[in-house]
Order: sequence, then structure tokens, then C-alpha cells
Amino acid sequence: MSYPKIHFIALLAALLLSALAPAVRAEVKVGQPFPDLAAYSLEGTLPERAGRVVLIDFWATWCGPCKTSFPYYAALQTELAPRGFTIVAVSVDQKAAPYDAFVKRLAPTFPTVRDGAQKLVAEARPPGMPTCYLLDRRGVLRLVHTGFHGEADAQLLRAEILKLLDEKP
Amino acid sequence: MNPRALLLPTLAVLCAFAGGCTSAQLTRVQPWERAALADYAMRPDRDPLQTAMSEHIYFSREAATGGRGVGGSGCGCN
Repeated sequence: MSYPKIHFIALLAALLLSALAPAVRAEVKVGQPFPDLAAYSLEGTLPERAGRVVLIDFWATWCGPCKTSFPYYAALQTELAPRGFTIVAVSVDQKAAPYDAFVKRLAPTFPTVRDGAQKLVAEARPPGMPTCYLLDRRGVLRLVHTGFHGEADAQLLRAEILKLLDEKP
Repeated sequence: MNPRALLLPTLAVLCAFAGGCTSAQLTRVQPWERAALADYAMRPDRDPLQTAMSEHIYFSREAATGGRGVGGSGCGCN
């Protein structure tokens, strides 16, 4: 094979690789099973999730709207946990100190874990902070909600959670 | 070395770089990676004295008394 031909093939390969680079990103989509939280070495204790409607909330101590959502989530957890609803708040804080201080100060009534290595969040690829993922009793993703704007968002989420709780397993 | 022999490898390297630079992974800070950007030290208004001085320079230079903070100042476009 002549040298110009080799160069031409190398050029094509480089172009192909650069075009494929963005395509390797994973993203969790509605209708698909959400990744198993237990597989990501999250810091903290995960609650029992089998057969329950689960809201997975990605938050951080440096995110204002995330902190706003906590009292609303606490109310949802208190009201709907007896019916089979669970919140798992996944912090994406890479540093443990601000996370520990925040959890100690606020003492949330729902389980919180920390994805310090950011492996789970990189898999889920939320479009903003906070983003919550609502899973049905089979672990299938049914709703993705980004941002938090107080009572209106809490009511929206409550309505969706109630719908999923009413579904037959 | 023949300059023509260098042309194709150079083109290949340039295309690889250009392709890489257009990749979303290289150009975007993901939402969960913004801890440093959200830090208090990154706020432009964290020092009140510095802010006041900057505003003074701004309205002096632009002849816009009130600067950005007062309605009806400057060009009248507010």
C-alpha cells in the first residue's frame, strides 16, 4: 500500500473517531430501568426499594434550589411513605465535609447518600441541578423533573407519585 | 523530506483536533460539576467595597449616574 493511501485511511479513521466521541455518552431515559443504586458504592445507607415507588433526587450543598426542596420532600416522605413511597436523596458533593455538615444541621427525614465519585450521576446525566427521577414499583423510570420552584413543583410531584402508587404492581 | 508527504499527516492531526474541540464532552461543564463555580469566592459582588468602586468607575465612564442599580438612569432605555 502506498504512503498517501495509508495517510488517507488514517485521516478517515481520525474523522470517524472524533464524530463518534459524543455518541458514547449514556443517559437514563423515561421507560427504561434506572441503574441499580447498590452498584455505585454510594456513601450512606440505601433504603429498601423493592416494590416501592422511589424518587431519586440529585442534589448538592452548593445548589440553592436543592436546599429549598428538602422541606417539601420531607413532607412527601412523611405523608406517602406508609403507602409505599421512598425518597433517596443522592448528593453529588465530591467533598465530604460540606455534605456531613449539611446533613447534620438539617437532619432530613428521608435517606440521603453521597455519590462522591460522581459515577452514578455521570451515568444518569441529569440536565440540571436539582433533578429528580421518579421510578415506579418495578424500578422503571417514569418521570424526570429538573429544577425546584417551591409549592407548585411539590404539588406536581405529589400528583405523579400518587398516580404511581395507585398503579397495580 | 518531501513537503507533500507532510501534508496528509498534518491534515489528519488538524481534523482530529477540530473534531475533538467540537465534542460536547470537552466544551461543557456538567451540572453536577459546578461546585467550584458555585463557590462564594466566584461571586463578582462578594466584596462590597470593590463593587462600589466598580460601580463608581462605570457610571463615571459611561456618564450614567445610578449605574445599573437605579431605574431611569443612563441612556433612558429602561
